[in-house]
Amino acid sequence: MREEKTPAPGGRWDGSAWCYGDDVDTDVIIPARYLVTSDPKLLGPHCLEDLDPHFASRVTPGDVVVGGENFGCGSSREHAPLALKGAGVSCVVAASFARIFFRNALNVGLPILICPEGARHTAPGDRLRIDLAQGTVENLTRGARYTGAPFPPFLQELVASGGIVPYIRRRLAQKKHQEARS
Amino acid sequence: MKHTLPSAILASRSQTPVREGEICAVRVDFAFANDITAPPAIRAFREMGAQGVFDPGRCAILPDHFTPNKDMAAAQQAKEARDFAREQGLRYWEVGRVGVEHAFLPEQGLILPGDVVVGADSHTCTGGALGAFATGLGSTDLAAAWALGETWFLVPPTLRVTVEGRPSPWVGGKDVVLALLERLGVQGARYKALEFSGEAFAHLTLDDRFTVANMAVECGAKAGVFVPDAPILAYAEARKARPFHPIYPDEGASYEAVVEIDAGSLEPLVAAPPSPAAVRPAKTFADVTVDQVFIGSCTNGRLRDLELAAGLLKGRRVADSVRCVVIPASYEVFKEALRRGYIATFVEAGAVVSTPSCGPCLGGHLGILAAGERCLATSNRNFTGRMGHPESEVYLAGPLVAAATALTGRITDPREV
Repeated sequence: MREEKTPAPGGRWDGSAWCYGDDVDTDVIIPARYLVTSDPKLLGPHCLEDLDPHFASRVTPGDVVVGGENFGCGSSREHAPLALKGAGVSCVVAASFARIFFRNALNVGLPILICPEGARHTAPGDRLRIDLAQGTVENLTRGARYTGAPFPPFLQELVASGGIVPYIRRRLAQKKHQEARS
Repeated sequence: MKHTLPSAILASRSQTPVREGEICAVRVDFAFANDITAPPAIRAFREMGAQGVFDPGRCAILPDHFTPNKDMAAAQQAKEARDFAREQGLRYWEVGRVGVEHAFLPEQGLILPGDVVVGADSHTCTGGALGAFATGLGSTDLAAAWALGETWFLVPPTLRVTVEGRPSPWVGGKDVVLALLERLGVQGARYKALEFSGEAFAHLTLDDRFTVANMAVECGAKAGVFVPDAPILAYAEARKARPFHPIYPDEGASYEAVVEIDAGSLEPLVAAPPSPAAVRPAKTFADVTVDQVFIGSCTNGRLRDLELAAGLLKGRRVADSVRCVVIPASYEVFKEALRRGYIATFVEAGAVVSTPSCGPCLGGHLGILAAGERCLATSNRNFTGRMGHPESEVYLAGPLVAAATALTGRITDPREV
């Protein structure tokens, strides 16, 4: 289930926008009644169903979820980014993210982009082109291009090295090596 | 460099200087997960190639969310969590001896002043009531903390929250934190830490402080930390499972802002769905009828909460139209409530009393709502679909409003009954 790791920093996608405004909480991203599994394939069909019952059945792989401020607030459930991945969402663009969701998205390999302008000027159904390496959102429907906020250097490194799982694996190997030497 | 309390705690656990807005690596004193968040953490832990946790005595799994197992899938998750806890020798307590994690762990002396605590649950911030930097993470981050005994944080700016004045007997921790949410909104403290102090807390119990710290995350905060004082130190000293060293803010530290709340002017408050920040006086909701009242959770399922609710319900009956569900947040609370007669009061009043569990708070079990139903709950979230059907509604309040509402069947200011 975790076969797809944090994506290479250069991901690029075209997709339609699904817009949900400010304060999208993790209870509506994936309601607790489905937290008896953490398999993205089982979570995906229920993604966002309490906010938009049509989302999971109509979303096309590659589509982009667009939030306003504080996307992913509330519960720490990592099942929220997993459900978005399972539904086929390529990237979440928002004006800002709640902190636990932000970390979880990086850790499970759901691409996210902080881009207040892009989030504000996107309407449902707009065609978006996301370029994660450039940090840009291009609105193909409106002919506009927006640049998102870069991650801090440590997080860029973390993403570039494949995410927290390989990072910890490397740290543990170093530790073992040092212990063997001493 | 002068540190606020949250920064000072991070600095004490970091090998490099800690500056606001920069990322630092910090050693963690305690790291835990629950029956929902442990299974993904266990899988991530194995993928990391970790053989053992950094210190089994500082790592725990608590079966509290879908327990006693609500169905087969929940039973499988709980088993996966239990098997790992036994394999690794983690701290683990079985159903019947445990409680909702954020109520139970402080009782066990495992969250202490000056600690950095991480939990795979957003309400881990509750531990801030004891002067710890306690914060929620996702399962993969928690697995990393189990493996290495450290995690990374973007050091947050601090909002200083001072609560002054003497609250009326009808006002408690829930009203204080709802007043704060009304002021800050659900993202007013996003990526920030809160530091709590003030004379009002001398007039409230420690249980009230747990309620306040518990809902820091509802303002978006990374942590909500109380400045250690005599009641905190006495509680920690009496229960500590290991030595601790309280940490205090530096004199002259710089805060992003100061939020002042006058507890003396507060009245019983209620948050309307679907936002914990949609706060108004309880009396303004008098025409709102409810189908269920829930008294419990990591927010308000402690002894003081049950004492207040039992005080109002004693010798009276829950309204015929209402299902009143009472869930003590831990076995210590349950046993003491039993000894003091509160449980008998609830049962005689016509309430349901259940074993400690998160239960209905997150729509798990023990009181799920149907379409169109309305619940007044002492818990912390009233998001769409939080306690059941997406067309159900949750109003949030403290135990006095909850008990008064159970008696009348409509949202009721406790001063009325």
